[in-house]
Amino acid sequence: MTITSDAGSDLTPQVEMVTVVVDGVAIEIPKGTLVIRAAELLGIEIPRFCDHPLLEPVAACRMCLVDIEGVPKPQPACAQVVSEGMQVRTQLTSPVARDAQEGVMEFLLLNHPLDCPVCDKGGECPLQNQAMTAGRPESRFDEVKRTFPKPINVSAQILLDRERCVSCARCTRFAEQIAGDPMLELLERGANQQVGTAVDQPFDSYFSGNTVQICPVGALTSAAYRFRSRPFDLVSVPTTCEHCASGCSLRTDHRRGTVTRRLAWDEPAVNEEWNCDKGRFAFTYQEQGRVTTPLIREDGQLRVASWPEALDFAARGLSAASSHGVLVGGRSTVEDSYAYARFARVALKTDNIDFRVRDSSDEEAQFLRSAVAGTAVRTTYETLEQAPVVLLIAFEPEDESPIVFLRLRKAARGGTRVYAVGPVATRGLAKLSGTLIPAKPGAEPAVLAELAEQVRAELQAPGAVIMVGERIAGIQGGATAVLQLAQATGAALTWVPRRAGERGALDAGALAGLLPGGRPLTEDSARAAVAAAWGVDSLPATVGLAGAELLAAARDGAIGALITGGVELGDLADQSLGRAGLEAAGFVVALENHHSAITELADVVFPVAVVTEKAGTFMNWEGRPRPFAQTFKDALVMSDAVVLGMLAKAMNIAVGASDVAGIRQELGALGAWTGPRAERPNVPAGPVAEGAHLVATWRALIDNGVMQEGEPYLAATAHLVAATVSATTAGALGNPESVTVTGPLGSVTVPLEIGAVIDGVVCLPLNSPGCVLYRDLGVRSGQAVTIKGAL
Amino acid sequence: MTISAETRDQLRELAARYPKSRSALLPMLHLVQSVDDEVTSEGINVCAEILGITSAEVTAVATFYTMYKRKPVGKHHIGVCTNTLCGLLGGDAVYSALSERLGIGHNEPSADGQFWLEHIECQAACTHAPVMTVDWEYMDDVTPASAVAVVDRLARGEQVESTRGPVIRDFQATEHTLAFPLDGLVNDGVAVDAKMLVGLRLANERGMSAASIPAGDA
Amino acid sequence: MITTGLTPIITEHWDKPDLYTIEGYRRVGGYQGLATAMKMDPDAIIGQIKDSGLRGRGGAGFPTGMKWGFVPQNDGKPHYLVVNADESEPGACKDIPIMLANPHALVEGVIITSYAIRASHAFIYIRGEVPHAIRKVANAVAEARAAGLIGDNILGSGFSLDVVVHSGAGAYICGEETALLDSLEGYRGQPRLKPPFPAVAGLYASPTVINNVETIANIPYILDRGVPWFRQFGTEKSPGFKVFAISGHVVHPGIYEAPLGITMRELLEYAGGIRGGGEVKFWLPGGSSVPMLTAEHLDIPLTYEDMAAAGTMLGTGTPMLFDNTVSVVKAVTRWLDFYKHESCGKCTPCREGTYWITGVLEKFEHGRGTAAEVDTLVNLCSQIAGRSFCALGDAAATPYPAALKYFRAEFEAATSTSADEQFNPVASYVFAEAATR
Repeated sequence: MTITSDAGSDLTPQVEMVTVVVDGVAIEIPKGTLVIRAAELLGIEIPRFCDHPLLEPVAACRMCLVDIEGVPKPQPACAQVVSEGMQVRTQLTSPVARDAQEGVMEFLLLNHPLDCPVCDKGGECPLQNQAMTAGRPESRFDEVKRTFPKPINVSAQILLDRERCVSCARCTRFAEQIAGDPMLELLERGANQQVGTAVDQPFDSYFSGNTVQICPVGALTSAAYRFRSRPFDLVSVPTTCEHCASGCSLRTDHRRGTVTRRLAWDEPAVNEEWNCDKGRFAFTYQEQGRVTTPLIREDGQLRVASWPEALDFAARGLSAASSHGVLVGGRSTVEDSYAYARFARVALKTDNIDFRVRDSSDEEAQFLRSAVAGTAVRTTYETLEQAPVVLLIAFEPEDESPIVFLRLRKAARGGTRVYAVGPVATRGLAKLSGTLIPAKPGAEPAVLAELAEQVRAELQAPGAVIMVGERIAGIQGGATAVLQLAQATGAALTWVPRRAGERGALDAGALAGLLPGGRPLTEDSARAAVAAAWGVDSLPATVGLAGAELLAAARDGAIGALITGGVELGDLADQSLGRAGLEAAGFVVALENHHSAITELADVVFPVAVVTEKAGTFMNWEGRPRPFAQTFKDALVMSDAVVLGMLAKAMNIAVGASDVAGIRQELGALGAWTGPRAERPNVPAGPVAEGAHLVATWRALIDNGVMQEGEPYLAATAHLVAATVSATTAGALGNPESVTVTGPLGSVTVPLEIGAVIDGVVCLPLNSPGCVLYRDLGVRSGQAVTIKGAL
Repeated sequence: MTISAETRDQLRELAARYPKSRSALLPMLHLVQSVDDEVTSEGINVCAEILGITSAEVTAVATFYTMYKRKPVGKHHIGVCTNTLCGLLGGDAVYSALSERLGIGHNEPSADGQFWLEHIECQAACTHAPVMTVDWEYMDDVTPASAVAVVDRLARGEQVESTRGPVIRDFQATEHTLAFPLDGLVNDGVAVDAKMLVGLRLANERGMSAASIPAGDA
Repeated sequence: MITTGLTPIITEHWDKPDLYTIEGYRRVGGYQGLATAMKMDPDAIIGQIKDSGLRGRGGAGFPTGMKWGFVPQNDGKPHYLVVNADESEPGACKDIPIMLANPHALVEGVIITSYAIRASHAFIYIRGEVPHAIRKVANAVAEARAAGLIGDNILGSGFSLDVVVHSGAGAYICGEETALLDSLEGYRGQPRLKPPFPAVAGLYASPTVINNVETIANIPYILDRGVPWFRQFGTEKSPGFKVFAISGHVVHPGIYEAPLGITMRELLEYAGGIRGGGEVKFWLPGGSSVPMLTAEHLDIPLTYEDMAAAGTMLGTGTPMLFDNTVSVVKAVTRWLDFYKHESCGKCTPCREGTYWITGVLEKFEHGRGTAAEVDTLVNLCSQIAGRSFCALGDAAATPYPAALKYFRAEFEAATSTSADEQFNPVASYVFAEAATR
């Protein structure tokens, strides 16, 4: 097995190989491989508990003892590196190894409680399994086991049964090494050793759920899943996470039509074996508040209608309008986004389409059209890990793309230098050993233009990466500055949106001015090719309205009909504009899976599928397709694409395939665009807002997000909702315990925390309990607020 | 009792003693104990803050080492070695006598907050078995009666001298010494006693010495 | 018959009340070794210690010079010396007395050793339960610093050294060198995987030498008086002298310094024999971690090699002797209780095994053992020995099989008769008064 690089060069870096014999079978493997891994390659499973391929070995459980020729004592295979000619005998061929393992297993079971009948892990438990394969049939232990009161909460979500714990330290090592959250530790000593937290400081890590998954016994369980099911009752389906743009592979387990739990699935190139707690636990929304039938507004009230009636009503409403707009939410699949993009141009003959239901700008649209849409994969998780330097702008990885955060942390631990341009050195940045390049919100373009020579030089190194988040849209001149910096240094520029569907929607053409594959609408050849593929004579030739412009046009009565697909009104930065636009639009057709403020305003509502009820693809931030299978094969709810297809038919317009396979074929046939790209933005930096206190904000991972509803245990692990300011700013306010922050629309009162923030900037979460900035204050990042101490 | 600004300064002073500040954690926890009579959550949080680590990491250390107590010790810590040699040579009887006198058992404080009793492990004083400690100062060669007498005298507020060390102060004072050992008591009391000199004296008596063997060239 | 004389060297001036001060130490020739050393090339000092054959006095007996030689030189990394003054092995009481009586011998040895291995910092990790030893050593370090023997540019040599006296907090496992390093770094004292070995990646992942107090205390004498002088004592494979701390049922327990190679019988005679004219029932040449011996072994020379050949180990060289009043069942049970209490918990065999074995032995102590368990216990010990992460597991697995070899009958009797019924506990007390219970 020779490792070769992907660079395609003739020089294949050779890895030094050694030959090892395991149980009489020789194998050639790279020098430095652990014996336990070498055995696995031969299909020999040496029993183990503390070993985990992604964690540093500790050789604590002693279960993996093997017999090595020439060594008097059995050695732990998980910590023993192979050497040339090493002769290893496992439990399969060595009585010494077998006896050692049986002895360790007898010891492991002596204080372990007989909890199997009530323990979540039963049926998928490495201790059970290995007790059967590597243990003796009977134990000689006849004494009293040590006991602990059980279970205890190490966080609202994670429960601990200390008696079950075998002190493998996988959870504490994961927390410390991978997540950077050493809030879970081994306490006490000897047989009283137990996992625990500090008093009154729960293990509120965004990644805590991974410890439940890697715990080799039932010591760590989740409150959401405890006592719910036996694994052999579950049907498992490989899926992809629908929350952020990291693109994690999941395994969705369901029973009798309900998803009971989701696990992180093994995808070394993407999420390795991890996911975040939101991806793991936030799925109960799929069954809550669902729209179950089509609805029509009659006499000002929504009423149930049959599909034929609703389709007919919608078709007539859409056909009657002379101007249209389409708003696609951020979590639409690639296939559904393509269907919306196609429907807009073919059925509605409009280019007024946008998938950015959030703070957005025209400059950002230009940026996405010119530098992101339809581009080939350049930066990947792996190149991140190898990057010499990464610069983050308008991007807080731990909250906005957690698995990117984990990979950046792995990179940082391996020597990658991380910089962030912004007003605050967050705890997430500290966990990346990152350096803040301070910039007041709004001043980032100027700071980027004046980057220190040393940083600029680092960015010129091969493999350097610039990661920009979707919040660049809220910084005037930001996207322009970032593009210029990338051009000047040669660093790879990567856009990381927050939601799973955004990159796919962009590449599918769900943005004004863009056709699928990054094709600029204004390019004649592109329009012609797509028109031909879609079976129409022509497509709209002028770039349509997007973002705030589209909503303003609607508000001013210039949009006759609007289609929304998975849109939350509360996500729009300018709440009043959004509401006004939707109210003023002549005819609103909403494709939604749950009731919302939008459905309350719509003229027609069509129920559409959630991710478990359809197959599809998400495109993650890398541009990598992340397909997922349909979990509930006999679901009767239809995807957005299928509903749009039916709508088109009701309008007597042919739009092409509506099924996943057909759409994938269409997209494949269109292929990548290699022609000229849209023009890059060239927007000068805007002024930094005046005012003593400017807001810096982003969405916390666990917050008021609609897709987190129905999960109280997860919600209870959210980070503290607070206003964070510098010590100087706090001092100037009189160091109050809490503050009232006021904007144009109102105030919020929250606790005050001190952090590594620039003076005069206050950090607040965008959409958390007690602090919903768009709605309560009416401010966005970079705008001024007033603060005073609250009593 | 809250951790004062002065204590924080001292904690920082400890942290600065080492090339890497986290090395100071053990002496820092001794200092916390000297101030709070136990390792409190507040003390743990302050240590974590100063060292830039989590309270869980500090708690992990504080719960590993037996000298750190999680409830108030009281004025005097009484330890009786009941490991094999001391225990069988009479330490067991000493412990029983003290347990009866104080009305408490292992790792318990007396109701009046004056004493804490503990079975301790080998105190590296086996030549002086049975061994008792008061605030971790040596009380060598005790008997049940002499051990009870020590406790009685301490209870009456009388001065008691350690057999190899200074006058007994109290638990918190010893904990402070463990963090800041230059406490001015190094010259107090007798540190080298007859049992430590028995071999030397015998050799001198019999004219045995290593000096009779000449030094060679270096 | 005694043929080996006592050789007070480290203990030679312990009867001088001011030996622990720098003036008192210098008056008897202290810091001459340092003066000699600072005129030598550091590698020459390492060579000298290698030639001396000095073996570590902490228990393992590893050749000291060889250990020093493992430190890569000219590697651009800081080097560290760590003194293991955590003496917590049951029966071991020689390092604490050295620190109480002659702390400057330790300090001088620290400076010489640090100079030889090019350490920029030395740490003396002293167990927290002995504040007076910490006081004495801290005072000696302060005096040495004031005299310019610690600090920048020592004696104009260009060599700079800082010495930190560090208090432990109660964990026998911190006497294990890699657990000590973790403890000194501010973590739980759990042992580390080897490789990497401390000489290559030890404290703060830098090359580190860890030596026992007595080992370091030997260094000034070797530097001052030379290798041929040192090698006159002891044997070819165990050169030098030893601070023997004799305890138990002897008439005169205490410190006796003698050349390695002396026998227990000779030492016992110096110590006045067993009290009341009694007999040795069993004895251990080192601490509880070495297999016990009986009266038939009293004439075996106390050297590393002879003790190993006898199926035990010299260990710390602090003999404990017990007479016929003692219940072996009780003694072993108490030692296992110690190992269970001190087990760090990292590895399964030691953590669970000591818990189990102690529980069973407690039944034996109360006369409720079973015949089957007498042999099961041996098997459990073999399930720990060689399987645990570190030597504490091996140590815990040692007392019972050794005791069973010589005193099987006592354990078998304990299936019906308690230890206290077999052996009246009062008889083994060293004081006259009866127990209060």
